Amino acid sequence: MHWLGQPFRERSTLVFLGVLLLALAAVTLLHVAVPPEHPLYVSIYTVNLFGKYLSYALLAVAVDLVWGYLGILSLGHGAFFALGGYAMGMYLMRQIGDRGDYGNPDLPDFMVFLNWDSLPWYWQGFDMAWFAFLMVLLAPGLLALLFGFLAFRSRVTGVYLSIITQALTFALMLAFFRNEMGFGGNNGLTDFREILGFNLRSSDTRLGLFLASGAALAIGYVLCRAIVASKLGRVCVATRDAEARTRFLGYRVERFQLFVFVVSAMLAGLAGALYVPQVGIINPSEFSPLFSIEIVLWVALGGRATLYGAVIGAILVNYAKTVFTGVMPDAWLFSLGGLFVLVTVLLPRGVAGLLAFRFRRRGKSPGSLSGREVSA
Amino acid sequence: MSILGSLASRDRVFDFLVPADSPVDVRHGPILYLEDVTVSFDGFKAIDTLNLTIDDGELRCIIGPNGAGKTTMMDIITGKTRPDSGKVWFGSRHDLLTMSEPQIASLGIGRKFQKPTVFEALSVFENLELAMAADKRILPTLTARMTGEIRERIDEVLLTIGLVEQRQRSASILSHGQKQWLEIGMLLMQRPRLLLVDEPVAGMTEQEMERTAELLTGLAGKQSVVVVEHDMGFVRSIARKVTVLHQGSVLAEGSMDQVASDPRVVEVYLGAEAEEELA
Repeated sequence: MHWLGQPFRERSTLVFLGVLLLALAAVTLLHVAVPPEHPLYVSIYTVNLFGKYLSYALLAVAVDLVWGYLGILSLGHGAFFALGGYAMGMYLMRQIGDRGDYGNPDLPDFMVFLNWDSLPWYWQGFDMAWFAFLMVLLAPGLLALLFGFLAFRSRVTGVYLSIITQALTFALMLAFFRNEMGFGGNNGLTDFREILGFNLRSSDTRLGLFLASGAALAIGYVLCRAIVASKLGRVCVATRDAEARTRFLGYRVERFQLFVFVVSAMLAGLAGALYVPQVGIINPSEFSPLFSIEIVLWVALGGRATLYGAVIGAILVNYAKTVFTGVMPDAWLFSLGGLFVLVTVLLPRGVAGLLAFRFRRRGKSPGSLSGREVSA
Repeated sequence: MSILGSLASRDRVFDFLVPADSPVDVRHGPILYLEDVTVSFDGFKAIDTLNLTIDDGELRCIIGPNGAGKTTMMDIITGKTRPDSGKVWFGSRHDLLTMSEPQIASLGIGRKFQKPTVFEALSVFENLELAMAADKRILPTLTARMTGEIRERIDEVLLTIGLVEQRQRSASILSHGQKQWLEIGMLLMQRPRLLLVDEPVAGMTEQEMERTAELLTGLAGKQSVVVVEHDMGFVRSIARKVTVLHQGSVLAEGSMDQVASDPRVVEVYLGAEAEEELA
């Protein structure tokens, strides 16, 4: 397992983990140890918000893994995020038990409302946490496996792949909007009460979920970093830049693409599962093609093919979104568009490119993109 | 019954009994054997009953006008294009027409493309590392470790291609000639039995050409090398045996002088060039 230890021998990973740990500790301390009337006090609302950003950051890391290092521009990663979210939502729905509005111990409220008399087969097992958490990884993983197998085997790449990933998430959105699918239609799944026996409305649980999101981000980051720093990571970069050449070297490119795509989808699913209990709802709008495009914007803004850039981008854009939608709700999309144009013009390699320029070290890190590739 | 007879005969080894990665059998001399290969695209015969034999350790140059089928021939040997008919054997054991591109590559056929394609985002060292003959499945690649043995092998190839000083440099900053050598080095990392080299000196300076000629002639003997080239001066400087392709089949074969004096060759290919370049 030495490949998993490799990231801990890199300075950039240690710095990243250190900063993340400091941020988690600071937020926790400022929430727990500072009295509410103090100006530095961090309210549970803010903690919850940061928790949401952290799950988005993990999603962005997953997208950067396939886009930055493998060159697959997935415009459908929202689908894997939402599937993980739905798996978690199903578990949370089952945890409600007989405390729903209809008081039915066996059926979620929306099924009672639709006059269903029993739980559909695909809801079986979701009352058990271990099963549901396994599904958080397996459901997006299996979809990615099937989709990737068909796409990569037929050597679908570039724009065509991006378009069919959009189609995938759009199709899933339409499907999940239907009541007959058994996922709550356009209302989705909501009114959650408990996770693993902890009350979801209590501050302690929310703080716990925030820390869990931070831990998941750390694990996801280290895993991606380990993949990227391994020989497999270099094969990915080789595939990104010269696929035919990599094939001639004897690598079965489509299998490498499939492997990394599935890992990325599972990380996206994990991010979704952490997101849902923190926002208290999952509905088909998470499958919206627009959301998947937004994720790519976070990564582009933060700096592609760096991983930490994806984290910076996700947090920055979503923080800006919170601020802007609060100040001028109608102007948010224009601000996002403006931000993207500005970054593309002024910082072609994203915020991470600016950081790398400030702290320039000897040589480029392996796999980094040259200016020409960024604009391509 | 002939089927029963063939089943009973003891001198025959069935194909399925021979593992695909078994060593190449060159006891009979040729390492590459093409017989009556034909391939057509939309009715146009790019390769027309082509017969070609390359001996083990040989350095062969293939020349021919544009559209003679040189690149298509390379595509067929490496499994990229399937011929309509004919036989393609590697040694006397491996039928290349039944194998996929990666299988053919791992068997020991390396191909250098006309345009240098190296992995620009990686260092020279990493380029060679990826090219190294190794278990190229996913998990072994994920868990692969850099060992002293691998380093030695990479250094050895770096020495051969003359890029020792550029070891840790990014491949993107190499000159055109250096990229060509790096790509040849990447082929060498796979310990190929047969190297297919497509127009190696296009766009090179005189000096780079000389070094490339040294490199290729140095490689022959240890492995077989097939060079497709337009530059007559370069072909003359390295070739022992030249094959002239024309309209998808072999027009002439022999030493450069023999070929150059063949009236058919002069007519279809060398033409006016012949007087100035070959005289």
